[in-house]
Amino acid sequence: MIWKSEWKPLVWILSGFLIAFYLPVGISRFDNAIMEALHLVKWYAQEHVILCLVPAFFIAGAIAVFISQASVMKYLGPAANKVLAYGVSSVSGSVLAVCSCTVLPLFSGIYRMGAGIGPATAFLYSGPAINVLAIILTARVLGAPLGIARAVGAILFSIVIGLLMHFFFRKEEAAKKANMMASPEIEVKRPLWQNTIFFAMMIAILVFANWGKSDDEVGTWYQIYSMKWIITSAFALGLGFVLYLWFEIKLWKLLLVAVPVAILGVAFPEYPILSFAIGAVGLSVLTSTDKGESEEWFGQTWDFAKQILPLLLFGVLIAGLLLGRPGNEGLIPSQWVNWAVGGNSIWANLFASVVGAFMYFATLTEIPILQGLVGNGMGQGPALALLLSGPALSLPNMLVIRTVLGTKKTIVFVLLVIVMSTISGMIFGHFY
Amino acid sequence: MKSIKILGTGCAKCNKLYEAADQAAKELGLEYEMEKVTDMNEFIKYGVMVTPALVVDAEVVSAGSIPSMDKLKQLITK
Repeated sequence: MIWKSEWKPLVWILSGFLIAFYLPVGISRFDNAIMEALHLVKWYAQEHVILCLVPAFFIAGAIAVFISQASVMKYLGPAANKVLAYGVSSVSGSVLAVCSCTVLPLFSGIYRMGAGIGPATAFLYSGPAINVLAIILTARVLGAPLGIARAVGAILFSIVIGLLMHFFFRKEEAAKKANMMASPEIEVKRPLWQNTIFFAMMIAILVFANWGKSDDEVGTWYQIYSMKWIITSAFALGLGFVLYLWFEIKLWKLLLVAVPVAILGVAFPEYPILSFAIGAVGLSVLTSTDKGESEEWFGQTWDFAKQILPLLLFGVLIAGLLLGRPGNEGLIPSQWVNWAVGGNSIWANLFASVVGAFMYFATLTEIPILQGLVGNGMGQGPALALLLSGPALSLPNMLVIRTVLGTKKTIVFVLLVIVMSTISGMIFGHFY
Repeated sequence: MKSIKILGTGCAKCNKLYEAADQAAKELGLEYEMEKVTDMNEFIKYGVMVTPALVVDAEVVSAGSIPSMDKLKQLITK
């Protein structure tokens, strides 16, 4: 027996055995938590995948392919206008940070070669919070106020953090010599206004397809709700025209998708989700069988789906197991949650910020976890605090940031993130 | 001997560029060596802000995108 190489499988088998041996099956809290996890996964699959995540993946894929990162980065380069650089870096996360793995290299680039520590830290704080997928899913699952507060809070406070970082370290900033930025040529394939219309169509489809029912049966919001599928279809038609005119997709192929979608829509008006699903499948077939940029678009969309869906499924299961559906309990008793982050005290907000700053959340999994916490009595303020500090920081990425900024600046940044997230949580919690 | 470097932190796009560049160089029949650079502090030396970036013989020829196969061949031979 060669123990040197065999100890690892032995540990795995032993721990598997011990877990199975002491599996708390039959204890009602555990059995209940398993059911909660399954219910939550089912709810996500039914409510959020087809209408929300699928179009969001297409939008994220399109951002990655059709928006040139280099053209945004020129506003953050060494010669950038300083005021403009803060504005651009606080909002550009929505198009630059689609893939979480690009945030840190961009941050170090802005810091070392570009506009300096202020805009770099502003980007690092807001980027992960305002990427399109995060905002869409936050608003959908946790409600529009929290979704909007997350975006607005991230943008405003990123500028405050950036300015403070610049102020604290202004001497070192002045002494830093500027590096040259390599800027290979940028190819422009399509004028900006065409891209704008293309993105507007897709975002409109996403927004109207997910339009929630309002409480009263009168007024403009209800009018929009009752007509949402007609409006969505109109924008889908518009998207078809855009694809035909500017993306060189053949008309007969588009008709091959549009006709079955329309027939299903008319034949089964009570199941609009059916038309929507067939439309999404059709778009996938159209783009994936095309040559050139449409194929690239689908490739990126598919990459996002492949990367994010398993993480999200896993995150939802864990959240369901630990915290249960809203209104139900999982493994963790509600009182604990209530004790730690209930209400809107400074302690609850601070606790949420600190936990968020150190814990690692895989892309988007902060949302089901937060949903579970809110369902168990977490206040709205601490929820926002966690949403702001969570994705921006984690223990592993603090270590990476340290190699770029050094220990002192990293500690100051972490403290600022915690303080700012706590403050924005308290402000938000005061109103909701 | 050409030196081809891919700068990126290891996301899907970077791996794709690595494979594409490898294939392009093979099809051109070049004598070359490939290297993956994942240390962000190395990117700075090349002046690269947007990943993935392609470096041929210490010169940055593309950043932030995956060029098409034809374009890649052209960039590598240049």
